[in-house]
Amino acid sequence: MSEVRYTDQHEWVRIDGDEATIGITKYAADQLGDVVYVELPEPGRSLGQGGEAAVVESVKAASEVYAPIGGEVTEANAAVASEPAKVNADPEGEGWFFKVKIADQAEVAKLMTLGAYNDFLKGL
Amino acid sequence: MTNTDESLKRTPLYALHVELGAKMVPFAGYEMPVQYPTGVLKEHLHTREKAGLFDVSHMGQAFLGGADPVKALERVTPADVIGLKPGMQRYGLLLNDQGTIKDDFMFSKLEAENGLYVVVNAGTKDGDFEYIAEKLRNVAKLTPRPDRALLALQGPAAGKVLEKRSPGIDKLTFMHVVRTTIAGAPAIVSRSGYTGEDGFEISLEGNDVEKVARALLADPDVLPIGLGARDSLRLEAGLCLYGHDIDETTDPAEANLVWSIGKRRKMDRDFPAAEKIMDRVLNGTERKRVGIRPDGKAPAREGTEIADKQGRIIGRVTSGGFGPSLNAPVAMGYIETKFAADGTEIDLMVRGKPMPGRVAPMPFVPHRYKRGS
Repeated sequence: MSEVRYTDQHEWVRIDGDEATIGITKYAADQLGDVVYVELPEPGRSLGQGGEAAVVESVKAASEVYAPIGGEVTEANAAVASEPAKVNADPEGEGWFFKVKIADQAEVAKLMTLGAYNDFLKGL
Repeated sequence: MTNTDESLKRTPLYALHVELGAKMVPFAGYEMPVQYPTGVLKEHLHTREKAGLFDVSHMGQAFLGGADPVKALERVTPADVIGLKPGMQRYGLLLNDQGTIKDDFMFSKLEAENGLYVVVNAGTKDGDFEYIAEKLRNVAKLTPRPDRALLALQGPAAGKVLEKRSPGIDKLTFMHVVRTTIAGAPAIVSRSGYTGEDGFEISLEGNDVEKVARALLADPDVLPIGLGARDSLRLEAGLCLYGHDIDETTDPAEANLVWSIGKRRKMDRDFPAAEKIMDRVLNGTERKRVGIRPDGKAPAREGTEIADKQGRIIGRVTSGGFGPSLNAPVAMGYIETKFAADGTEIDLMVRGKPMPGRVAPMPFVPHRYKRGS
């Protein structure tokens, strides 16, 4: 069973055992507008929870994407690098950014559930 | 989530922007639409393909009157004002006493009128008007018109669209200006703009602008376009954004705007800091404003350092982003003159890493103005 958690920086992370798939939320994609460039971490790179992991750029501006959970990068989504519009079209599906092998499952507890994230959005 | 900062001003089209679903942002002291639900990318492409309507009512409009406003304006700009024919508009630089650029602006000589109609940038308008009034004290009278609104209709379909609302207007050619009516409202219309496309800038009474904007938006070829696409369009067209590509630390020579200095003015050297500027025009400057094309896909934003292939910093990006019509990043900036030749290979220091690029000719997207025969 996979579960999806969220951060206050508008990343989502889908957890399947020790594998985590990471992207930005629909809210983040809508706020950014048309994404024109995505810079992804190299597989093999070790990321700490909350560390800078990727960059997403719209026509207007560049934004950092932080690792919601620490671990070693196992895969970067080549499809969004070559076709950044996927981030707007399907931010929480095909528009995923990268995967990591989770280093510490205890970090999952620091992330928001969907309900908590939706409450967080209402407060913005 | 619309920012409702009480200190921000609104144009007469504020309610229409909100009705159209615009995302409003603070810009130059105004709440302005940065994009509509269409989104920056499609707004940009639509303008190049059909026509886009921009609210630029935040810009500073004024009339310059008095005994000889034409001669008077030459005190603060190196443009040829005296030589401008009635019914025509021209681009000029507003220079300070040091010869650096206080602003860039458009001025028009309307048919059978003594005065000049002037449009300056939004962020600088208060200072500009104060400066012009002071410099031209006793010789001309400047009357700012914050009550007026300004629209830009830009794109290849603009002529056809405006013709329906103002029969005969499509005969106007690039940089010509006329008083007419649009959808029944009195207007000053020039064939000009800030996108590199054919199009018009339309000055109206504040009370009339919503009616005219709605009439133009009713045309299926027209979409409302926000400041986001306005910026990417002008960057692709190689046009300067004041406060970024030109400011009071740059002069006309290094900014590559010497074309805006009138031929007679160059001979007479009778504009602010003329000797200094002409020396720099003739003998060269340490740096030049150039166009830049990154080789890869990563945009090089404003402030990005430019390095030579040995890693020495030789310049800085002043405007940079993604060019939707090119589907590639584009930038402009200042670079040491010996690196300013088109095709020179450079590195752009994006997030601390050198990204290869090269100096490139501007405009990045060819201008498509409707020039007279």
